[in-house]
Amino acid sequence: MITLADVRKSFGGNHVLRGVNLTLNSGSSMVIIGGSGTGKSILLKCILGLERPDSGTITLDGRDVTRGNRDAFLARFGMLFQGGALFDSLPVWQNVAFRLLRGATKRPAPEAREIAIEKLRRVGLTPDAADKFPAELSGGMQKRVGLARAIAAEPEIIFFDEPTTGLDPIMSGVINDLIREIVVEMGVTAMTITHDMTSVRAIADNVAMLHDGVIKWTGPVGDMDASRDPYLDQFINGRATGPIEAVR
Amino acid sequence: MTWVLQALALIGRHVFAALAGIGRVAIFAASAVFHLFRPPFYMREFGHALVQIGWLSLPVVGLTALFTGGALALQIYAGGARFNAEMVVPSIVAIGLTRELGPVLGGLMVAARVASSIAAEIGTMKVTEQIDALTTLSTDPMKYLTLPRILAATLAVPLLVGVGDVIGVMGGFLVGVGRLEFNAATYMHNTLDFLQLWDVLSGMIKGSVFGFIVALMGCYYGMHSGRGAQGVGRATKSAVVTSSVLILASNYILTEVFFSA
Repeated sequence: MITLADVRKSFGGNHVLRGVNLTLNSGSSMVIIGGSGTGKSILLKCILGLERPDSGTITLDGRDVTRGNRDAFLARFGMLFQGGALFDSLPVWQNVAFRLLRGATKRPAPEAREIAIEKLRRVGLTPDAADKFPAELSGGMQKRVGLARAIAAEPEIIFFDEPTTGLDPIMSGVINDLIREIVVEMGVTAMTITHDMTSVRAIADNVAMLHDGVIKWTGPVGDMDASRDPYLDQFINGRATGPIEAVR
Repeated sequence: MTWVLQALALIGRHVFAALAGIGRVAIFAASAVFHLFRPPFYMREFGHALVQIGWLSLPVVGLTALFTGGALALQIYAGGARFNAEMVVPSIVAIGLTRELGPVLGGLMVAARVASSIAAEIGTMKVTEQIDALTTLSTDPMKYLTLPRILAATLAVPLLVGVGDVIGVMGGFLVGVGRLEFNAATYMHNTLDFLQLWDVLSGMIKGSVFGFIVALMGCYYGMHSGRGAQGVGRATKSAVVTSSVLILASNYILTEVFFSA
């Protein structure tokens, strides 16, 4: 279980997170929604330790994430980055097997390659993609490779940062289905950030809405439409007028 | 009176910013060196950096040395002719190249080629979240990206300087024999007779320091790159400019240390 208590983060005078309180139960899929620039990515980075919160506490299974063995902590996570963040200089299979080729989980290269090809198959890519370089792949294929890399070392928790941004609606649907399948099949805890409502309905067990640096609403995805929360209502219906200011 | 205070405040802000910058670079350098003594060490990345920084810089350093050696021979001959000292050409070319021009010009060429490419590569990795991805994959970017490059440059640039010395002396030899009518055997004899081991070694030590500076600046500015193409462009420019200035400044200090009476 991941718990965030009064997490605050500012960049100069820009107060991005103003006291976030959130609980993510093990084995569930939480989707965080919110407008662009509301700090959703920063929230994920704070949990992973890529950004240090100014104040507040983040715990994983009751332990403060800033203490203890960092490698062991990170080994529990997989992450799909918004732009894929694939390593340009490495072929696809080495990207997928990156964690398996070095460090504590190191395996012999042929075995790591086999696992990488199996994971590529799982996300719908054929083995001939394994020896290509990321720049030779389309946006959708890069997302799939990113997804394969996120699941390669069988993590307990997977973060998805805007998994469908930049994809056409059909490819977005394919990625959403893949994420849902993988989350259910592996029994992982998932946290996804997006502003794509189709993704929310496809992936989420629970939804949290981040606005103005705080969680405005949280609850099961089924309760979202009948929430009567004016912020959530405006966001999920994509209305230009409402409590959330929209600059024209 | 107000404008005086404003001017002083402005100077103070810039001084503090400069000192903070020096502090950040020093901490970055100390952190890179510290990682040298803590496993894991990424041999594959180190080998790749050696090829990129050392082997692939050889043509540009070699050509620089060749033409510098030739031009130096012409200049010293023209200057020496004023007081009938043309015979000093071989020895001054050799000493000038090994002690000073070889490492400095070689270092500046490596700065242009290597600091820019390191800063652009790491800067692009930063803005495309590849550095964050490395961290989430339990790989320390300082160990995986910075240390192999800094170590490779520190070891490869002195070797480049050594090879450049030989090519530069050959440049002087070609001009001396071909244009200035020196006897080939006399030219080589004069070169080797006056050249001391310390001349060559001091230049190689300078090369090692310059290599460290080039890779350190490339990595530092890459890791601290701003967002977007403009951020990467600024990081690349800063890496080349800063490493070039630091090479010239440290060259003066090293020359003082090695050769002052």
